Amino acid sequence: MSLLSVRNLSVSFATSAGVFKAVDSVDIKVDKGEILSIVGESGSGKSVSMLAVMGLLPWTATVTADEMIFDGHDLSMLSARQRRHIVGKDLAMIFQEPMSSLNPCFTVGWQIKEALRLHLGLDRRARHARAVELFELVGIPAPEKRLSAFPHQLSGGMNQRVMIAMAISCNPKLLIADEPTTALDVTIQAQILDLLTGLREETGMGLVLITHDMGVVAETAERVSVQYAGQKIEEQPVASLFRAPHHPYTAALLDALPERATDKRLPTIPGVVPGQFDRPAGCLFSPRCKYADDKCRAKPPPPLGGDLGYARCFYPLNTDERAAS
Amino acid sequence: MLKYLAARLLTFVPTFIGVTLISFAFIRLLPGDPIIVMAGERGMTEERYAELSAQLGFDRPIYVQFWEYLTGVLQGDLGQSFVTRRPVWDEFFSLFPATLELSIFAMIFALALGLPAGVIAAVNRGKFFDRALMSTALVGYSMPIFWWALLLIIIFSGQLGWTPVSGRIDLIYYFSNPTGFMVIDAIKSGQEGALASALRHLVLPAIVLGTIPLAVIARQTRSAMLEVLGEDYIRTARAKGLPPLRINGIHALRNALIPVITVIGLSVGTLLAGAILTETIFSWPGIGKWMVDSIFRRDYPVVQGGLLLIAVMVMLVNLTVDLLYGVINPKIRKR
Repeated sequence: MSLLSVRNLSVSFATSAGVFKAVDSVDIKVDKGEILSIVGESGSGKSVSMLAVMGLLPWTATVTADEMIFDGHDLSMLSARQRRHIVGKDLAMIFQEPMSSLNPCFTVGWQIKEALRLHLGLDRRARHARAVELFELVGIPAPEKRLSAFPHQLSGGMNQRVMIAMAISCNPKLLIADEPTTALDVTIQAQILDLLTGLREETGMGLVLITHDMGVVAETAERVSVQYAGQKIEEQPVASLFRAPHHPYTAALLDALPERATDKRLPTIPGVVPGQFDRPAGCLFSPRCKYADDKCRAKPPPPLGGDLGYARCFYPLNTDERAAS
Repeated sequence: MLKYLAARLLTFVPTFIGVTLISFAFIRLLPGDPIIVMAGERGMTEERYAELSAQLGFDRPIYVQFWEYLTGVLQGDLGQSFVTRRPVWDEFFSLFPATLELSIFAMIFALALGLPAGVIAAVNRGKFFDRALMSTALVGYSMPIFWWALLLIIIFSGQLGWTPVSGRIDLIYYFSNPTGFMVIDAIKSGQEGALASALRHLVLPAIVLGTIPLAVIARQTRSAMLEVLGEDYIRTARAKGLPPLRINGIHALRNALIPVITVIGLSVGTLLAGAILTETIFSWPGIGKWMVDSIFRRDYPVVQGGLLLIAVMVMLVNLTVDLLYGVINPKIRKR
């Protein structure tokens, strides 16, 4: 049984200009101890789908799903109070901006101990010991001293380590990392990713890594889900995705990697992700796809089978590779 | 920190001299002559007038009078009341506890209702409670103090008879060695019913005086909370699985307090100004009533000294507020 299983998740926002569908019938499955990476451009709904799982969306959002099961609990059936016993304990999340994600008014120690008291009910001394231990675990030097620091006294990388320490404080079964390295220096990025994968090894927790960086995906993920304009358009194990992408969008994303460029000019994908008012009638990627024809533009393609990466495409790429193997 | 404090205290000096000059000039610009007021309807001979004028120093040039006043003030001498002949300093501090007590209770009333009201309104943004609360706050803010006071007196003292109309305590109670704070004195004396009597006298004036600060605090808390609730760290707090009361009441409110304590600091000036009206209506023997009476008597030293002391209070409160910023949010602590 998978740890997290979400079927047909849709999220729409009530805006002043009407309803905007940010996530459109997405399926997500994460197994115990697995690293799933969700990739996509800005506005592809990758963060929103995970915030929906956490129950952190603003009240303007409407979340629907056929199934949203985490660790045997149907999240959509739980009351807010019951859900709070899971969120922050077994299901934790870290965010893109470590500097603004920590409360400026409280010391980082206070903020980490708060979670320990709430979910684990540790006494003062045990909380302190555990906080020091966690800080050591995430590689914060001089943990005793750092506990009494305020977020503005630490660097972005240190704050992200604090966020990670806080997220793993109650030994979560699944950690969702929403672009954890986007706001950090390149050197720090690698350290944080190493830390996350290392923690996964140690604790056996599942990890969902939301990113727009294919390089990060290649280094860390085991399975990759590609989202585009709110839809999951392809999902494959990382190796086969990089070797044989089936959806033209995935292929175009991979072509845009500098490491893979064969030409002097880096290939790009023309156009932008469709927004609220320019959603095409057919395949959402059809206006930017070099293979698109009238059929693509007329009606949306349903997802294909698992052997073709569930690609939402009428003309999947690299199908002969399957025949060859 | 100490350097910052010293720098801030240094800026008090020009403000202090400015207030001295303004209070000195304004009371003299008012038409009316303190000696004539003192004489009353009986009138006075030319010789007696000249004699008194010399005695009070009015015969000398105005800048000499100001210089003498200023040097006196800097040595801690605020002069004597023309009317009672007692030092202004003594009069002020015998009456100030009454005003302070009233102001503290008014502020407690304003904070106890205003902070939760603002938080609840922000959390329920756009819903019925929010709208009702904010319209009420606007009414409270726009209502003339004297009218509101009379209305409360008519209802609670007149119709229901729950509260007395004026004064600080029933006359049957007597305290030796009073601190001037009626509530403290009543508790200290241990006389049965004294505390209840003091509180019954206090409740209406405190509500009247606290109404405007209450409205300002509620509205300010609401708007500050609305801003803070959209911050990333509130999302983090929710991601930790904290209950809403803790998120709104601790994580959000602490951040929202910065603009709120700013208006609290500014309200202290309003409170002391409002005290003049409130004290007059409720015959509350505080500095507000004392100042009004002194203006009518053209009691120059009292008006000057009173204004100056009030100004110093306001400056000190606002300095405290500035220092509190750093306590509440260390990110803006001064280097």
